[in-house]
Amino acid sequence: MEIRIKSGQVASRLNIEAFRPFDPEVIKSDFPILARKVHGHPLVYLDNAATTQKPESVIKAMDDYYRNHNSNVHRGIHTLAEEATSALEASRQKIADFIGGVKSSEIIFTRNCTESINLVAYSWGRKNLKPGDRIVLTEMEHHANLVPWIALARATGAELKYIPITDDGYLVQDDLRNIISPGTKLVAVTQMSNVLGTINPLDEIIERAHRQGALVLIDAAQSIPHMPVNVLELNADFAAFSAHKMLGPTGIGVLYGRESILEDMEPFIYGGNMINEVRLDSATWNELPWKFEGGTPNIAGAIAFSPALDYLSALSMSAVRNHEAELSAYAIDRLSALGSIKIFGPTRVEDRGGAVSFIDDLVHPHDLATLLDSRGVAIRAGHHCAQPLMRRLGVGATARASFYIYNTKNDIDQLCEAILAARRYFGGV
Amino acid sequence: MDHYRYPRGRKKLDGPDIINEGKNPVCGDEIELSLKISDDRVEDIAVECAGCAISVASGSLLADAVKGKSLQEVKNIASAVKAIIKGELIPANAGIGELEALAGVKNFPVRIKCALLSWTTLIDGIEAHEVGKTIKITTTE
Repeated sequence: MEIRIKSGQVASRLNIEAFRPFDPEVIKSDFPILARKVHGHPLVYLDNAATTQKPESVIKAMDDYYRNHNSNVHRGIHTLAEEATSALEASRQKIADFIGGVKSSEIIFTRNCTESINLVAYSWGRKNLKPGDRIVLTEMEHHANLVPWIALARATGAELKYIPITDDGYLVQDDLRNIISPGTKLVAVTQMSNVLGTINPLDEIIERAHRQGALVLIDAAQSIPHMPVNVLELNADFAAFSAHKMLGPTGIGVLYGRESILEDMEPFIYGGNMINEVRLDSATWNELPWKFEGGTPNIAGAIAFSPALDYLSALSMSAVRNHEAELSAYAIDRLSALGSIKIFGPTRVEDRGGAVSFIDDLVHPHDLATLLDSRGVAIRAGHHCAQPLMRRLGVGATARASFYIYNTKNDIDQLCEAILAARRYFGGV
Repeated sequence: MDHYRYPRGRKKLDGPDIINEGKNPVCGDEIELSLKISDDRVEDIAVECAGCAISVASGSLLADAVKGKSLQEVKNIASAVKAIIKGELIPANAGIGELEALAGVKNFPVRIKCALLSWTTLIDGIEAHEVGKTIKITTTE
């Protein structure tokens, strides 16, 4: 299967001399954890929408930083401080290139995607929203792109409005004119649903929002790790994502923000590093991006994110996307063939990523997850931090298998085998 | 497994003296316990549970176990069951018969809450009843 995707990757500073063909079996061998067993079975890791595993190069970079370069950044004069600072800033530059060639001053390090969105809600939202202003979200948002706005609406008197979804998991865009109305100040929308897998076409939403003078924040936690994303082509004002969902370490997140908007925002976390000059009764702020990075950052995490981006770039994000589309198609076919299974979200793989949520009529999702685990198959079961979406779908919980570069069709076969075994355990077919 | 497929106590009671709803917001399990009390004894009990096999079976075992018992006995049983589910008490020492089956849940740490939900809901319901509250309180496990 071939899916054509516009690629706006800037390859200039990305380390792609190691460009290589896409072979998931070879890729698998780069991930030490994938060689382990769980309950005596080889691990089949299908919980990638929650977090991905780490290749040897990322683990080595963490280790190397603490062994050889550990130092605080931006303040030291000695050699270690200089090395740590340049590695951190080089990683920032690589991220800027990876998402479409933005300025490195527009890349802010946070702890995770959630913190990135909170940063915008506090620093931009509290200054710019007043009672009656409108924030537009969708019915398929993750709590990370929902709860900060609920809190912001409560604090400022702004109102929340939701773009609805169809039963098969697409955004209903017929009524955008009424939803993204004059008075809309912000549209915050996911580019790929962590539950439905839906890839949302954002062009019309972004254009409509900008015509109303509203800003657009993209929750890219599930999109940037899995497909080529160019925030400049998209014309997004903010984009938020996490390193750990794309081979990088936990505890490091990214906020991209348009420079002119960031300049106008107040800091989020106050303290060291984010200041320019401090007196006993006043302070001025550091320039971008450090204005938003109060305190010692996750230096090891930021530095070790760099080899993760190299790894993905060497494969090319288009190839990553094609691989996952192929796996999704295979998974949807195989799961449907089991019968008594309801799959949520689009069935056309052109419209969806590799997060496949489903319900087995014969086994509750939590029981399924427990029984699959006993055969070494790791999936997610629950509400996936999207309770309003679960309510909209009329279910309390779903099971979810989600794929990444090291997954194979054989992993999906193992998943299906394990589901059949779970059914036998429950005395079904 | 039998208690999951054919849960006991799945019915409606006329004019219950205690109704307590239990929820496990993390996984979405929900249970509603209704009890008819006379002379401080559980005359009848109804259990409505929507959730996984462990929570449903736990609620079903509960329905079987408490009928006809005094409120004090029920509270003692519930505390003992909670303790064995959490692995704090050896089942053989608890004297709770068939309920010992729930001890196996401690091998699945993330599922312990599923098994506890109905018992916590029961204790909360009885305690509310004892201080004069009757209808509808909500417990979160």
